[in-house]
Amino acid sequence: MSFVWVGVGGVVGALMRYQLSRWISERLVVSFPLATLFINVTGSFLLGWFTVCVGRWFPHFGLQAALLLGTGVCGAYTTFSTFSYEAVILLREGRRAAAFAYVACTFTFGLAAAAVGLYGLPGTGGTGR
Amino acid sequence: MSYVAVAIGGFLGTCARWMLTEWIGTWGGFPIATLLINLSGCFVLAWFYTVTLESSPVHPLLRVGIGTGFIGAFTTYSTFTVDVWKLVQSGAWTMAAGYVITSLGGGLLAGWVGLALASRQSQLRMVDHSDDDVDT
Repeated sequence: MSFVWVGVGGVVGALMRYQLSRWISERLVVSFPLATLFINVTGSFLLGWFTVCVGRWFPHFGLQAALLLGTGVCGAYTTFSTFSYEAVILLREGRRAAAFAYVACTFTFGLAAAAVGLYGLPGTGGTGR
Repeated sequence: MSYVAVAIGGFLGTCARWMLTEWIGTWGGFPIATLLINLSGCFVLAWFYTVTLESSPVHPLLRVGIGTGFIGAFTTYSTFTVDVWKLVQSGAWTMAAGYVITSLGGGLLAGWVGLALASRQSQLRMVDHSDDDVDT
C-alpha cells in the first residue's frame, strides 16, 4: 500500500513542478533559473513544516500522510538534478557570477526555508507547537 | 499529453527514490541514500538533456517524461535541506558539513561530467561530417 501513497504524491509533486516552471517561464523573461529556485525554496519550507505537523494533523494516519505529502509531493516537487543542470549550463555559457548566485541563493534560501518550516520564524516559538 | 508523460515519470521516479532510500538507509546517521540518488540523477540528467539535444533526438514526450518526470522526481532538494537541519539538531556538525559539501560540490561535478561526456559523444558522432560545425 505504501507504494500508492508515495507514487500518487510523486505524480502531484512532479505535475506541480512542471506546471509552475512553465507558468513562471511564460510570464518572466529572464535568463536565470528563477522557477527552479522558487520551487526548491518553497518545497524545502513545506517539507520542514509537514515533518513537524503531519503527525498532529493526521493522528491515525501519520505514516501514510508523511509518505504522501513528504516523500511523495515535496520529494518530487523539488529537484536536485535540474538545479545542478541549470548551474552547469550557466557555467558553460561563461556566466560564472550568475552560476555562483544561483547556487548560493538555492543553498541559503533553501536551508532558511526548511528551518522556518521546522522551527518557525525566529521569535515566534515554533510552528504552532 | 505532456502532463501524462510527466505524471508517469513522476510516479516511477518517486517510487524508485523511496525504494532505494528504504533499501540503502543511512550510514551511521549519514543520509547516504539521498546523496547517491542526487549525484546519480545530476549525472544522468545532464547527460540525457545534452545527448538528446545535440546528437540523438528523442520524442519530446519521452524527453519531458524522463527528464522532468522521472529524474526530476527521483532527485530531491527538500529532503536534502531538511536532513541537514536534522543532522545539525542531533549535534552532528561535521556530518552536516560533509553532506552539504558532497551534495553541492558532487552534484555540480556530476552534472559537469554528464554534460562533457554527452558533448564528447556528439563530437565523435560528427567526425564523419567534417563540414558540420562542432560545438565544443
